[in-house]
Amino acid sequence: MVNLSQSLIAKRCKPFSLSRKAKFGFWLLLAYVVYAGAQLDFSYARFISGLDNASAFFDRMFPPNFERSRILIKGMVESLQIAVLASLLGISLSLPIGLLGARNLMPGWATWPARSLIALCRALHPVIVAILFVKAVGFGALAGILALTVASIGFIGKLFTEAIEEISIKQVEAVRSTGASFANVILFSVLPQVFARFVGFSTYQFDSNLRNSTMVGIVGAGGIGGTLFSAFQRFDYDFVAAILLTIIAVIMLGELFAGFIRSVFLDNIGLSDLLRKRNKPTSLSEGKDIA
Amino acid sequence: MPAQLSIQDLTKSYRAGIPVLKGINLEIAGEGVTAIIGPSGTGKSTLLRCINRLVEPTSGRVMLINGETSLDLAKLKGRALRRARRQVGMVFQEYNLVERLTVMENLLTGRLGYTPAWKAWLRWFEVSDIDRAYELIAKVGLSELVNQRADALSGGQRQRVGIARALMQKPELLLADEPTSSLDPKTSVEIMELLTELAQAERIPVVINMHDVELAKRFALRIIGMSGGDIVFDGTGDQLTPDHLKSIYGGESWLT
Repeated sequence: MVNLSQSLIAKRCKPFSLSRKAKFGFWLLLAYVVYAGAQLDFSYARFISGLDNASAFFDRMFPPNFERSRILIKGMVESLQIAVLASLLGISLSLPIGLLGARNLMPGWATWPARSLIALCRALHPVIVAILFVKAVGFGALAGILALTVASIGFIGKLFTEAIEEISIKQVEAVRSTGASFANVILFSVLPQVFARFVGFSTYQFDSNLRNSTMVGIVGAGGIGGTLFSAFQRFDYDFVAAILLTIIAVIMLGELFAGFIRSVFLDNIGLSDLLRKRNKPTSLSEGKDIA
Repeated sequence: MPAQLSIQDLTKSYRAGIPVLKGINLEIAGEGVTAIIGPSGTGKSTLLRCINRLVEPTSGRVMLINGETSLDLAKLKGRALRRARRQVGMVFQEYNLVERLTVMENLLTGRLGYTPAWKAWLRWFEVSDIDRAYELIAKVGLSELVNQRADALSGGQRQRVGIARALMQKPELLLADEPTSSLDPKTSVEIMELLTELAQAERIPVVINMHDVELAKRFALRIIGMSGGDIVFDGTGDQLTPDHLKSIYGGESWLT
């Protein structure tokens, strides 16, 4: 030990300093940022001149105009339906596909098709997938549902596969040694280990589907997005503001709902517990709701 | 008539040319505890796992003889293998309980070999199985913890659940892979007592891998000494001399 530290001092090693390669990498990144900014006319003057535009735009947005609330509600309801259906479909499809992709449980002939399918589902952005489905099945909510289902499979399938690959094989071994069939081994030793994470992925994906369902309408795949897009094009900025506020409210409600689902499944909190907590506000529950 | 285990010329190599088991021949007949002792890495675990085929033997035969019927466990495949596994219970060093399931659910996993998947999914187990589970939980002294999750238990409690789970199978043969190695000395003795008592009550033979020579002498009717993939000692605890221990573990400085 003594010898080692002496030799370190002799060489003047700084134990935690970055390697020369890492420093070079950082300089390269910085240079690229400056170059890209210059290329794209991303300058302060440009930003200032843009502010005028923004103030005019915000001026026309307020006060938000809720007069056409019927169109607004109809679009929002459709978006919700797209999100819920796509989530259900995507979650129930990604469970078996994710399982098939797990290399520690499945043979090679099953994992590579499953993994390729998941990779394919992740390859394109939901909006691009939505355009493809609009072309394939026509305008409307069906295209949106299919597009978001594909996105859900790509996301949950991949994470689920990874979760299964990280399980403790010891518990699997124990259940296998009882003579359990393959299906029973999955049910009693694999699923219990990954269920919590699966619920987490699923609620997160529901959140994300809700956001995306307000957007796929822009390309004609149903939901509030179509209404939003035409309001933009007709310069009805007060209606745009109304739509945006509604979307924000719905997304926040969805997040609360997802948190509620998580707590029901993961912490064994029943509905009655949640209601009881709310009915008598104490200093403890201040500020934090169900999260 | 308890089941009989007959292992003939069993070899296993994880990598070609480097055998871990070099032709094991072993007869285990009748009830009672047989302890296998030997240094780490000598193939004790591999031997046990070849019996219920958590490890695939390279060659040889593992006959499970029960009255009229005899099965070569080393040859079975698919459904026949699963049926044979139901007859062999196993207790693990690190308990291997399904952490997120309750004690009761862990016990019932011992019946999964008899339960179709759709029933297992709905947690529909036979009433007789559930009765037996309660009985076994009482026998291992965990009646109050039936609905606790396994990850809330202490090491000793977990191993009690592990033993009860293995016995839920109503096995013809019980294997235990270093069941006390992760436990303190007092708990180790308690677990060994429980294991031998329950196996006696079921009248089944038990094969236990152990590190602790004293514990093996205390509980086992017969001790098998393994070294370098071979059996180098086979006899009772009284016959086990320091010379034998030297040949099993090598060296002598640790023998005081």
